[in-house]
Amino acid sequence: MTAVARTGMREGFVSCEACGLLSRPAGAEEPGECPRCGAELEFRRRDAIQRTWALIIAAAICYLPANILPVMRTTTLTSEEPDTIISGVVYLYASGSWYLALILLIASVMIPLAKLAALAYLLVTVQRGSVRNNRERARLYRVLEIIGRWSMVDIFVATFVVALIQLKPLMSVAPEPGVLFFSAVVILTIIAAESFDPRLIWDSSHGKQETND
Amino acid sequence: MASLPMNLVACPDCDLLQRIPALPPRGTACCPRCGRKIATSGSLERTTALAIAAAIVFLFANVEPLMGLSVAGRESSTTIAGGAWQMWVGGEKISALLIALFAVVAPALEIGFLLAILLSVRRSPAPRWVGTLLRWVEIANSWSMVEVMMLGILVSLVKIAALAKVVPGVGIFAVAGLIVLLAAMSSSFDPREAWSRVRWVKGEGPQRALPSFGSDAAEAGR
Repeated sequence: MTAVARTGMREGFVSCEACGLLSRPAGAEEPGECPRCGAELEFRRRDAIQRTWALIIAAAICYLPANILPVMRTTTLTSEEPDTIISGVVYLYASGSWYLALILLIASVMIPLAKLAALAYLLVTVQRGSVRNNRERARLYRVLEIIGRWSMVDIFVATFVVALIQLKPLMSVAPEPGVLFFSAVVILTIIAAESFDPRLIWDSSHGKQETND
Repeated sequence: MASLPMNLVACPDCDLLQRIPALPPRGTACCPRCGRKIATSGSLERTTALAIAAAIVFLFANVEPLMGLSVAGRESSTTIAGGAWQMWVGGEKISALLIALFAVVAPALEIGFLLAILLSVRRSPAPRWVGTLLRWVEIANSWSMVEVMMLGILVSLVKIAALAKVVPGVGIFAVAGLIVLLAAMSSSFDPREAWSRVRWVKGEGPQRALPSFGSDAAEAGR
């Protein structure tokens, strides 16, 4: 491979995000529409960096109430007890299901944090025009796209516990506002990953020597 | 305007121009620079069979109870929709809608739209709305979380088992089957093949989807 990679943008082609067709854009500023599917063409996702920053900041703000507020409340004849995400993990650990506790800890607490940190790292390196570890950064981005959805698992746990334990007045479980913030974190981080444009990772390499591992 | 050869693409993750080589059955091609999967060789027939199976299993997964519970002579059971409904009743309406979207609507649309696409691309050129559906299948696929729900069901089963006797229902097995079928369905579907049969907005195509060898002769198109 030559030192300068032949990319679509360098060679004057644009690839449709909707259908994948490679075509010649109508103009350098306004690439026009895809001749096959009619979607608006863009060389790079519009305002990718600003949008991704905005979404991860919003997600970070929701992360706190998501973990502090209770996600469900258990009512029995004699007591009433709120449950947060963390107390659910502790409960599973204490009742001997440490492997499930670990899965929930990773999915609910660590994955959202890791996602925010990783996206921030990708954004900072792109904004600095870094040309190092491109392949690793590209792989990191693909991992983010795959693991993000798994954070929803705690919401599904709450859903089915609530749905099944409806034995009033003996014992019943009701959802609490924590679920809303928690789903907000998951959805915002998923959309954040989608608004980032991984091609930006490689764009700085043009004209410079690519550092391969 | 001369058309570009159909097997010339730019990697969606790094924009590197490359030619997609002829793929063996079930083969995949990856970008040499960033490693992103660029193309898979699928089979529209196999995908159709899997999508029909997925549609049937989807019905069972949604109609049959996932699990039941009995405590002191009282019983209760739940379906997927029942879970979303209890969230709604409990006052968390947005979360209820999200659960319904991720667990029921998205997978339903994914299967339904894919079936519609598969049936209409049997004849090329396929009408333009097939292109719209192809985009929607991708969106539905990214928000369908059946496998995440399965893990959630298993964890809630363990949690509730500490309080009462729980019995797994038929629905839980249907969900497990649905996960396998959905994964097989989307991995055997080749959207490039389907797109190549869709009528173009600007009336240039489709060109015959040539067996995509490095036959540069295809470039002579127009």
